[in-house]
Amino acid sequence: MGGMHGFGRVPVEANEPLFHAPWESRVLGMVFQVVGTGWSNIDAFRHAIERLEPATYLGVGYYGRWLRALETILVEAGLLEPGELEACLAAAPARARAAPPTAPRHGAFTGVLRPIEAPPRFTVGDRVLARNIHPPGHTRLPRYVRGKRGVVHRVHPACVFPDTHAHGLGEHPQYVYGVRFSALELWGPDAESGSAVHLDLFEAYLTPVGGEP
Amino acid sequence: MTERDANALRAEALESLLVEKGLVRSEVVDAIIRRFEQDIGPMNGAKAVARAWSDPGYRARLLADPWAAIAELGVTAIPDAPLVVVENGPAVHNVVVCTLCSCYPSGLLGLPPSWYKSPAYRARMVREPRAVLAEMGLVLPADVEVRVWDSSAEMRYMVLPERPAGTDAMSQDDLAALVTRDAMIGVARAGRPPEVGGDS
Repeated sequence: MGGMHGFGRVPVEANEPLFHAPWESRVLGMVFQVVGTGWSNIDAFRHAIERLEPATYLGVGYYGRWLRALETILVEAGLLEPGELEACLAAAPARARAAPPTAPRHGAFTGVLRPIEAPPRFTVGDRVLARNIHPPGHTRLPRYVRGKRGVVHRVHPACVFPDTHAHGLGEHPQYVYGVRFSALELWGPDAESGSAVHLDLFEAYLTPVGGEP
Repeated sequence: MTERDANALRAEALESLLVEKGLVRSEVVDAIIRRFEQDIGPMNGAKAVARAWSDPGYRARLLADPWAAIAELGVTAIPDAPLVVVENGPAVHNVVVCTLCSCYPSGLLGLPPSWYKSPAYRARMVREPRAVLAEMGLVLPADVEVRVWDSSAEMRYMVLPERPAGTDAMSQDDLAALVTRDAMIGVARAGRPPEVGGDS
């Protein structure tokens, strides 16, 4: 949602508790286990949050989103039948129960770094263009930098590529680049002066400025 | 029934189902919660900052290889994602956001505050950082460059705030007490030392 208008002041709560209700902490613990032990993965979980209907996304709160996304990834992994939870809530016998799982679909979480042999395409100081692409699935290319030009300030190690990993299409590790965008480039003449935004962008999101797309 | 009550019932039913299926163990959920309630939190980042202020060699190590430097402290931390420490100075102020979701150095600083996860912060910090910082109580001079770090991949960011004036004689423990979570996100400065001889 980077750059959107209309959300008003940042709501700061004094002396905020770690959780606002016990169920929030239970959801966090369940997500950590389901994702961490390989029944799903973090990218699939993030994509499940992104797929929430926009009004629901904004209306149900942070852990409300987590709860719904957890249900989604469980159903998609075949671990929960659609309607199984509703039947449980209604204390009714479920029409269909997902078969007991045998083994996690993914390996246990082993971090995101995956060394690769190929050299990085870009180096510090390179001017790059964030591609103007709008993939229908998961991506970590924020909308507000698409089509914008920046400068590589750091080459990070190769990491799992979320755009494929979220969809069970493999890890396809690639280099990630720290790219600096001036506020003027991102926001035009309305930009605040003297500021810049730094993003970490996967190699597939970038092209050389002036180069082939 | 409120939305929150509905969520509570749903979460409870889901946990029962997942325990029954052998996908989740309630005692592991308990342990994960306890870890964030007791062991992992801003106090660990504050120790690193206080030591970096006191020890130039440690400061260099914290900036060069953050997790290795954190490990020297003997605190509980989960180095589950690459950590980058960005340093504030007289001419540069850093601030961290995640516009896509809620990425945060949780393995070191614990869970992010609700405002960090709010649509308002996520939407606005990249577009009008000075305005948002001013609203949150931090007015920056026009000649200070603002560097916003949007945690768009798996690198996690922590700000090394400036050491407050008048703290030369303070111990690392006393210094750590000045380092707030908000200062390590970059929406506040480190606190001021207690005034000597003032009303307490």
